[in-house]
Formats: sequence, C-alpha cells, structure tokens
Amino acid sequence: MLDAAQTAERRLLPPFTQEHEDLRASIRRFVETELTPYAQRWEDDKWFPDEVFGKLAAHGFLGLKFPEALGGQGGDHLHDAVFTEELARCGSGGLAAGIGAHVGIAAPPVFKFGTDDQHERYLRPAIAGTRIAALGITEPDAGSDVASIRTKATEVDGGWVLNGSKMFITNGVRADFMVTAAKTTAEGGHGGLSFFIVDTDQPGYTAEKIDKLGWDASDTALIALDDVFVPTENLLGGMNEGFKLIMANFQWERLLMALGAVAAMQHAFDRTLRFALERTAFGRPIGTFQVTRHKFAEMATSIEAGRTLTYHALRLFHEGHDATREVTMAKLVTQRAAFELMDECLQIHGGAGYMREYGVERWARDARLGPIGGGTDEIMKEILGRQMGL
Amino acid sequence: MASADTVLKPDFGAARKHFIFTDEHEQLRESIRSYAIKELAPHADEWEETTFPDSVFTRMGELGFLGLDKPEEYGGQGGDYYTAIVLAEEMVHAQCGGLAMGVAVQTDMALPPILAFGTEEQKQEWAVPAIAGTKILALGITEPDAGSDVAGIKTRAVRDGDEYVINGSKTYITNGHRADVIVLVAKTDPDAGHDGITLFLVPMDAPGVILEKKLDKLGMRASDTALMAFQDVRVPASAVLGEVGKGFYHIMWELQSERIAAAAGGVAAAQRVFDQTLKYALERTAFGRQIGKFQVTRHKFAEMATKIEAARQMVYATAWRIGNGEYPVREISMAKLYSSRIAVEVADECIQIHGGAGYMKEYGVERVWRDLRLNRIGAGTDEIMLEVIGRSYGL
Repeated sequence: MLDAAQTAERRLLPPFTQEHEDLRASIRRFVETELTPYAQRWEDDKWFPDEVFGKLAAHGFLGLKFPEALGGQGGDHLHDAVFTEELARCGSGGLAAGIGAHVGIAAPPVFKFGTDDQHERYLRPAIAGTRIAALGITEPDAGSDVASIRTKATEVDGGWVLNGSKMFITNGVRADFMVTAAKTTAEGGHGGLSFFIVDTDQPGYTAEKIDKLGWDASDTALIALDDVFVPTENLLGGMNEGFKLIMANFQWERLLMALGAVAAMQHAFDRTLRFALERTAFGRPIGTFQVTRHKFAEMATSIEAGRTLTYHALRLFHEGHDATREVTMAKLVTQRAAFELMDECLQIHGGAGYMREYGVERWARDARLGPIGGGTDEIMKEILGRQMGL
Repeated sequence: MASADTVLKPDFGAARKHFIFTDEHEQLRESIRSYAIKELAPHADEWEETTFPDSVFTRMGELGFLGLDKPEEYGGQGGDYYTAIVLAEEMVHAQCGGLAMGVAVQTDMALPPILAFGTEEQKQEWAVPAIAGTKILALGITEPDAGSDVAGIKTRAVRDGDEYVINGSKTYITNGHRADVIVLVAKTDPDAGHDGITLFLVPMDAPGVILEKKLDKLGMRASDTALMAFQDVRVPASAVLGEVGKGFYHIMWELQSERIAAAAGGVAAAQRVFDQTLKYALERTAFGRQIGKFQVTRHKFAEMATKIEAARQMVYATAWRIGNGEYPVREISMAKLYSSRIAVEVADECIQIHGGAGYMKEYGVERVWRDLRLNRIGAGTDEIMLEVIGRSYGL
C-alpha cells in the first residue's frame, strides 16, 4: 500500500533509533498474539486477568526502564515510550490503562524515591509481575487540586494508620500495593502531605469497582481506608514531601498519555482507512469520495501534529530538561485530538461504527477519558498560562 | 516564575534548541533579526502604502542574506537548507509580510530552478546578480484560468527557428513590476499535459511583455503583485531553463521545499504577534486587573502557544526530512496546511484580545491577520493540501 511504501522511505524521527524499532517489533508481536485477540472478551467481562502481568514480565516488558539489578532490562524512558505506543494498539483502552498504571505511574515513584528495602519488597516483584501496583492520589473531593487531599495519616506505634478515601484508582481492586498520599500535618497541602506504600491486604482496605463510560476492562475503584496500618519503613520519600513527589511523576504520566494517544490515533486511522477502501457505496469505495478523502487528510495531519510535538517533548524530557511546557502542550493537543479523531472514525464506519462488534465505538468511548485523566485540558491550560506570567 | 521573554522565545536556551539547528544557525538568526528590526521594521508602515524599495534587495545581497543556502561559487554562503528556514523565520521581524514574500520569491522560488537546471551561462547571467541583490526575479506560474491546476495553463511557447514565441498571460505575480527576469512556465506541447510544459527565462524588458495592472490586495500590500501579458514575446532557444517538456517536474520539487520555508515564516509570524499580544495583555487593564489575568484570556494564550508549538515541531521535523534528502510530500503538505491555519487563527485571536485597538491600523495587529490570510491560499490552498494528503493514502 502507498502508506507503507511512504513510511518505509522515512527516517525515524528522533529520539528513536533502530534499536527501538527492534523492541517495537517484539512488543507488537506480543500485543497481537497475547492481548488483541482477547480485548473484546475482557471488555465484556469488565476485567482482564492478572496473569497478563506475568506474561508481560516473562518478556521483560514490565522492567524496560528499570535496572537489571532489580530484574529490569536496564533501558530508559524511550524503551517505555515504545512499549506505551505499542500497547495502545491492543484495542482496549482499559487494558492499556491497567498495565500503564502499574508500569508507568505506580512503579516509577517507588524506583525514584524508594529505599533499597522498598525496591526489594515492591519494585522487584512489580517488575516480575507478581505484585500489582496502583497509584492512589485522587479523592472524592480532590482531583486536579492535589493540595486538598484529606486522607489522613496518624502516627501510631511502629508506623501510621491511614483514614480516608481514594477515588478513580486504576487497578484499585486487584492491586497488591498502592502508592498513596496522605496528610501528615493537620493542615496538609503543599508542605503537609507524605507518600506511603500501602499493602492492600491490610485490614481496613476495601475497594469497590466503579462502572464507566469506557475503559471497561480496567479495574477502577473507590477505595476506603479505615485505620489501615502502614509500617514506618513504608514511608516513601521524605516526610511531608509528598506534594513534590506527586508532581515529579506527572510529567512522565502525561507524556505517556500523549504517546498512547498518538499511537491509538494512528492505529484507528489505519484500520479506518482499510475499511474506507473496502467498503463501497454508490458504486465506489467510500474513501474515494472527496469529502471522505479530506476527512482522512485532516486526521492524518492531526496525528502528525500530535506526534511531532510529543516526540519533541519526549526528547527534551529524555535529555533531562524541564519539559513541563512541552509535555503539557503535548498532553493538551493529543487528548482532544484523539477523541475527535475516534469520533470521526466512528462516523466513517457509519452503522458499523455504532455496533460493538467492530470495536470502533469503544475507541471513541476510551478516548473520551484523555481530556480528563492525568490533569484535565483546563488544568493544562492553567499550567501553560501561568508559565507565561498570566 | 519565568518571564514572558524567557519562556516564549522560539528556542529558549541553546541546550533546548531544536536538533536541526546549530550555534551557527543561532548566530545567523540574531544577525537577520537585528537587521530586520533596525533596517526594515521602521519603514514597514510607509512601505505598506508604497511597496518596499528595490534597495532592500541590494542591501540584503550585501549582507549575504539572499544566498544563505546557495553555492559559494555563485556568490552564496554555501549554508544548509536550515539557513533558509532561519531566514523565513527572522524576516517576520520586519513586520511587513509583503516584503518577506518578495524576498522569498527571489530566494526560495525563482533562484532554485535556475541553480538546479540552468546552464552555466544562465547562472552567471541571472543567479549571480540575484544572489548579489542587483537583479530581481519573479516566477510566473498562475494564470487567470489556472492556479493550483498547473497542467491547465494556457501560455504558449512556439518554436520558430532559433527562437520561441510566447503568448499568454500570468497573474498574481509577486515582484512582477520590479523583476528583471521572470521564470516563466509555458506550454510547448499543449497535447502532452504535464510533459508539455517548459520553463523559460524571459527578461522583463523584452518587447511584448506588458505589465497590465498592479493588483490591490487584502494584505501583503508592501509587495508588488502583477497581472501581465505576453504578446508575441520572442526569446532565443537559449532561454529555455532545464529541459523542454520537463518544466512541470522542474518546479514541483522546489515548490515543495518552498512550502516548508513559507510554513516556517507563518509560524514565526504567529509567534511574533503572540509575543506582542502577550505584552499588551499584561499592560492593558480592565475591571481593575490586567486583561491577561482573566482566566478566559489566560486559556486563549495557552491554546495559541500550543498550536504554535505543534506547528513549529511539524515544520522542523519536516525540514529535517528535507535536509536529509527525503521527499516527504505528505508531511510537507500537512505542515503547510496546519501552520497556515493556526497562523490565521492566532492572528485573529490576537485582534480579539486587543479589542478595538486590534481593529486599528496603528497597532499593526490587523495587518498580521491580513498578511497571514494569504498563507491558506498561496503556494497551494488548504483544499489542495488536503487533496495531496488524502491521495497519498490511495484515496
């Protein structure tokens, strides 16, 4: 096909190199054989089996960016970026989210801020796929406004007890441990929050699954913490430094979302293009009508804009610059673009797009979370505007 | 909190500049910018009324700016393709879209085919003085009845012994009145479609070249735009540029790379008016506070900055591909489409933020919108870009 021919002549856009393409090929094979065929069933079940983590770990995919000494592959963020892009092609946003929450947002703070002991007890098994992780920040009354967290840690003999609730927590039901934030001073806020690793088998931890517009296969929970004991050695990072640590991981999370959205857009585009070249109406493939051709041109342009901006942000982040501005922009552009594109793909599919069988309506439902999760579009604009002194 | 200046410069800090640029590009950037601010911008208002003087070409020739990416043997600087991007970006500081366009026609549209396909004699006669700024070039493609549809041109060149006789008309020709020579696209075989098109170097003082009208425009008013006729214009066979029948292919590639330079200029123009508007929004107060501090305005700036950055990254990534010798027509079309649109949107939003002041000529903001509005039409309309992109997928 022309598309493939054109792509073949293209150099890889930095920061990616051939090494990443080899990894990409192996992840793609895994996704195509181990995940995609089951996506529909897991969506219907509103759950994917925990064994998925074990299979991913067997291929080393859960530890791409972590040191070999901890069972990882010794790679870096770029390897994880490739993993995120390929995972987005599995066709189930919820599945990708469950895996992403484990690898991309819950494990990194344990690695970055954890002690050797915490690495051994939590990170090593997370990389091995034997302990599943969740990150618990959001609460019923505190989303983007992280400083308003109310969950409280009270010092007791040998540690703390946590009381409060956490909301919209991906992997909340299945998690073996949850990295969470709680107030360690009366006033809480920027200087009064701390990070803890909570064992979910502790008495007082209860998780209730929540039904959603999309991301059905993911386990999203409302978590109640009722006198949950956390031992002293499970304080993650410094006392009262929780806010800073939460913020530190946002850049990577947002970058992952941007990467995932671009890859999901490309995947949806490719599949819809195939459909538009096969499906005929009024005696010709629907893709050859000028209006449809221009829809594809618009979508392709939107993907390219998202991709070049995201890769630019990734490159800056990878090189160690403060890429807050570019990451924020990439997150903002790609999430909205992805939802619009999925909706257009649904439109091009017509009645078939509205039927569950084709999986297209799911793309649109899954993509709708983008402009909300990981910091809403409105929050992204606040960050950017304030950076300009506004 | 970083100040607006540090956050908003296109490449803030050498460590984070885009990988296509080196320190030499940055020095060049500074020198073009300072030239544009000192020697051009102060005259912009006047030149909007009168069109800019030819002396701009000689001065830019002296400074070496007309041959940045041209070979040294013809008086150029021998720089890479990215120097042309830098020129397009920094010329926006003249605040005179028409001037930048007149210069770009010389450097990015008319010169490349002469250098690529011309004989040594043609290069000495036209390219060398054009790079020096002592001769001015125009490119004649569009006709009253053929714009994007290049194969539909009607201008005829008929062989007559050692000469060609040219008849037809061309319109919307930038530099048309001031040019010394025009790279003219004409049909030598009307039945051969794309294979029947040939390029000619036609001196503008040749008998039968008639400048019919200076065209008045929405924007780009500092440039001179001509409707011209060719009535039995005789040129020697040596005026053929490149191969007979290959004219269409000769100009197609350079139009591609020209689109990216133009796109870079559009993005830079959007950035410049954005910066100007940000400053205004921090100075202007309403209801007891700076208007930029209202949340709605803050989000307008966030949206604009994001669009500009996305467009810039598309342009740079595509320029990089061109610099590598790829032929990325699809990406070029995408970058051209996207950047033209966002530039116009940003300019319009900047008028809105300026309110009444934005509507007044004095602030120069309305002019930016008028100038940029051409980007969605010139060098291939938005709709043509969409066709090109769509067809690249087999649609």
